[in-house]
Amino acid sequence: MGEAIVITSGKGGVGKTTTSANIGTALALMDKKVCLIDTDIGLRNLDVVMGLENRIIYDIVDVIQGRCKLKQALIKDKRFDYLALLPAAQTSDKTAVTTDGMREIVAELKQEYDYIIIDCPAGIEQGFQNAISGADRAIVVTTPEKSSVRDADRIVGLLEKEEMKESPRLVINRIRNHMMKNGDMIDVDDIVQLLSIDLIGIVVDDDEVIKASNKGEPIALTPNSKASIAYRNIARRILGETVPLQSLEDDKGVLKRLKRFIGMRA
Amino acid sequence: MQDKKQIITIKGTREGLSLFIEESATYRDAMKELHEKMMASKPRRDEPIVSVKVKLGNRYLTEEQENELRRVVSVDNRFKIDSIESELIRIEDALKWQEDSEIKAVNQIVRSGQVLEIKGDLLLIGDVNPGGKVISTGNIYILGNLFGIAHAGFEGDHDSFIVASYMKPTQLRIADYISRAPDYESDGVYMECGFIDGQQDKIIIDSLKVLSRKRREISGFERRMNNG
Ligand SMILES: Nc1ncnc2c1ncn2[C@@H]1O[C@H](COP(=O)(O)OP(=O)(O)O)[C@@H](O)[C@H]1O
Ligand SMILES: [Mg+2]
Repeated sequence: MGEAIVITSGKGGVGKTTTSANIGTALALMDKKVCLIDTDIGLRNLDVVMGLENRIIYDIVDVIQGRCKLKQALIKDKRFDYLALLPAAQTSDKTAVTTDGMREIVAELKQEYDYIIIDCPAGIEQGFQNAISGADRAIVVTTPEKSSVRDADRIVGLLEKEEMKESPRLVINRIRNHMMKNGDMIDVDDIVQLLSIDLIGIVVDDDEVIKASNKGEPIALTPNSKASIAYRNIARRILGETVPLQSLEDDKGVLKRLKRFIGMRA
Repeated sequence: MQDKKQIITIKGTREGLSLFIEESATYRDAMKELHEKMMASKPRRDEPIVSVKVKLGNRYLTEEQENELRRVVSVDNRFKIDSIESELIRIEDALKWQEDSEIKAVNQIVRSGQVLEIKGDLLLIGDVNPGGKVISTGNIYILGNLFGIAHAGFEGDHDSFIVASYMKPTQLRIADYISRAPDYESDGVYMECGFIDGQQDKIIIDSLKVLSRKRREISGFERRMNNG
């Protein structure tokens, strides 16, 4: 029986899709069977970041409305045998997806895959409710900006009302070291303290991430970039490994105080 | 008729009159006799208005009955009712009173978009994050960080106050007073409290020492006993 993890944030553009693609890819690199679901109806992205756009025939709305079987809509990744994507619909009306429909799809996928990674749309409306409805766990993504942290806090509040296996975990994305040192960005430490949920990883702001997304080759596939290592470490922490924050994930100064937040749980 | 026990007893005191209503008499009889007695002892036009304390003993008056009592006593505006005291209180009122004077402990983080509202005093063990809000009819004690909005004395109690381990609130509200954070970036304060300063007519934040001088009856129960 697999496990479903929703990647959410409240605010748009903070890196949900990038995080979903890279965590999915990193888990596949570790020989896990992974299925990605894009629930951002009307603003489909995950297929582009994964470089699979040209293979889409059916989408999630086709599955829910019975126009095809779930298996028919799944797109097999070009690099891994056991990495699949269920794409969002690009044109259909948003109300086509329901929480029940989502739950059914996720339950079926859990029979075959180890991890179902659900990419959530921005906002707290129906699309968000759908995305979280089938999930066992949640990862909240934020950037070190006030408005993004505020939205993440709102999302954590909503997630805490759901019956999930554990409280959500946090990814802080797009950290810029020089800005943090100058105090122009909120400190990682302060973000973790405010949200008071476990940190599962921090990812630097890296042009390579954007380049990789444009090529449809998630950064997690490149061996040595900082962002790539950060995503692969997040995947290892999802698998339950205790991985200390690498200095490669960021430069040392910011991290010293952070150690205590990482890898504290079994 | 003649040997009937007196229902209404009036005693003169230094402050005015004390008026006892025998508790075993029916309400109707009491009102009738009260009317006669008040007419009989009404001060003359040139005499000062007399103030009256009404003691009901173990009798409870409905709002209508109380209004009638006030009308009957203050004949031609020659009497002024100071107080109406009863040994009784309705269960409903007693429960509300109890609720308003209890300290309710809550252990949670009040996150952005969330509102925690309670009757009485609030003891929050946890933070109020930016965008979060706590409201109580009494005092608010926060064992944690106050970054959002706290509103004490929600139903109008100007004496209520807000204490937090660390305060850097977006707004403090007490009864109908509001104060907000300055527009420039500023540090918060540790272990301080916000309350209404009567002289300045606004909410101020000061050390807990000052609070103990200004608000002697910190317990909501005592405070409300005294304020009625
Ligand atoms: N760590 C990062 N470094 C640099 N750019 C990033 C990083 N994470 C995300 N981005 C870029 O930010 C933009 C928004 O990311 P995306 O994952 O689409 O956000 P969301 O799905 O939350 O709307 C994209 O252009 C993406 O390439
Ligand atoms: Mg997205």
